[in-house]
Amino acid sequence: MIFPQKLFYTKDHEWISFENQYALVGVTDFAQKELGDIVYLNIPSINKIILKEGFFGMVEAVKTVSDLFMPVTGKIIEVNPIIDKAPEMINQEPYSTWMIKVLLTSVNDKQSLLTADEYKVLICK
Amino acid sequence: MKESVLTPVHQHLGAKMASFAGYNMPIQYSTGINAEHDTVRNEVGVFDVCHMGEFIIQGAEALELIQKLTTNDASALAIGQVQYSCMTNEEGGIIDDILVYRLGEEKYMLVVNASNIEKDWNWVVAHNLNGAELANISESTSLFSVQGPYAIDTLQKLTSVSLKDIPYYHFKIGMMYGIPDVIISNTGYTGAGGFEIYLPRNLSVELWDAIFSAGRNYRIRPIGLGARDTLRLEMGYCLYGNDIDDMTTPFEAGLGWITKFSKDFTGWRVLQEQRNKGTKLALVGIMMEDNGIPRHGYRIMNSEHETVGIITSGTQSPTLKTGIGLGYVHTGLKAPGTPLLIEIRNQFHKATVCRLPFVQSKVK
Repeated sequence: MIFPQKLFYTKDHEWISFENQYALVGVTDFAQKELGDIVYLNIPSINKIILKEGFFGMVEAVKTVSDLFMPVTGKIIEVNPIIDKAPEMINQEPYSTWMIKVLLTSVNDKQSLLTADEYKVLICK
Repeated sequence: MKESVLTPVHQHLGAKMASFAGYNMPIQYSTGINAEHDTVRNEVGVFDVCHMGEFIIQGAEALELIQKLTTNDASALAIGQVQYSCMTNEEGGIIDDILVYRLGEEKYMLVVNASNIEKDWNWVVAHNLNGAELANISESTSLFSVQGPYAIDTLQKLTSVSLKDIPYYHFKIGMMYGIPDVIISNTGYTGAGGFEIYLPRNLSVELWDAIFSAGRNYRIRPIGLGARDTLRLEMGYCLYGNDIDDMTTPFEAGLGWITKFSKDFTGWRVLQEQRNKGTKLALVGIMMEDNGIPRHGYRIMNSEHETVGIITSGTQSPTLKTGIGLGYVHTGLKAPGTPLLIEIRNQFHKATVCRLPFVQSKVK
């Protein structure tokens, strides 16, 4: 299983990458493997500010459905348009297939996110 | 938890294993449910369904007992024929949905769901008042389901029994890969066509390997219970424990066609009344118009947002690329085309009642 070093992680198996005032959020390789074939992404909260750890959408796989939680506080400004046409991309390339683009609206505390090594320890437990 | 004798084989094939009906079973292999589903629709796939139960009922009293226990008319079975049927309780509730095989003049086999083996066995034993000879051979029997357009070509390489001469819902007993007395049954739970193979459990690994060698040129693959569920749902086939149970009757579940009143059976009176008066609820196919997947336990609403039913099974159809499901609705809403709403996380998603099957079956 892969854990890119440049990303941050949550215990709910999201990853996040930061660039200036923006962040990209997706689910980890571990999450996509657990979910199985992903078929649909439901993000109802576009253009709304959602607090860190707040519910922002659902990922539907053939067998199951899972809630998604914000790793940071921010406004969802875009859902990756590729996913609507090819949701399987999340399975194939979980770390390049971001789900949402977030405009950061407060000082975000990276300290409470997990590093690659910390996340690896969490899921290998 | 019970293990299939093939567990090490499944693990070697990269299976994700999980508990199903008390058995540790393969849910999916490394390629995922959608790819496995397509394999069965277009090529050939093999399911290990060793967890299913098998009972032998034989002797002069066998037919009488089966007639009393089941809703369908087993006296119509010729030797070599199979019948889909239900065992019902005094209230007409479905104890199990089963297959009845007529193996010989006075010899039958009931194939029951894994989750119900103990319950069914106790029920059969308790109703065996005239001394039919009973045997629960579930632990010593394996079952493989080989399904898909190339199932017949694959299996024909392993047997001299002419498979094209076995009609749908018929079987032959013969030699397969040197194993005697294998039951080769033209049945399945996929709508893709193919055969179910019953064999002694101790020879399972041998035959599994032989089937995969025989099917190599047809790109044969192992298929897990995940794709078994998407395949059966596209056909609108019921799954015991989800769509039917002790509290639902064959008439509610759309199984009136396997309920024959020309003979007596347990629950006859209640079901006869249901046939005449109709039922309050009916199991229907539901297709999503909006995005979203209907899942077990989701509420079904009418356009006024009043609860009118509940989803019992659902998935994303790999063939149709849309959400499909089965659910019970008030009988007045069962007509195909009736608009409904499915409540998914406090949002209402549009759906319609759909004629079954969702996807055209290749069998019969």
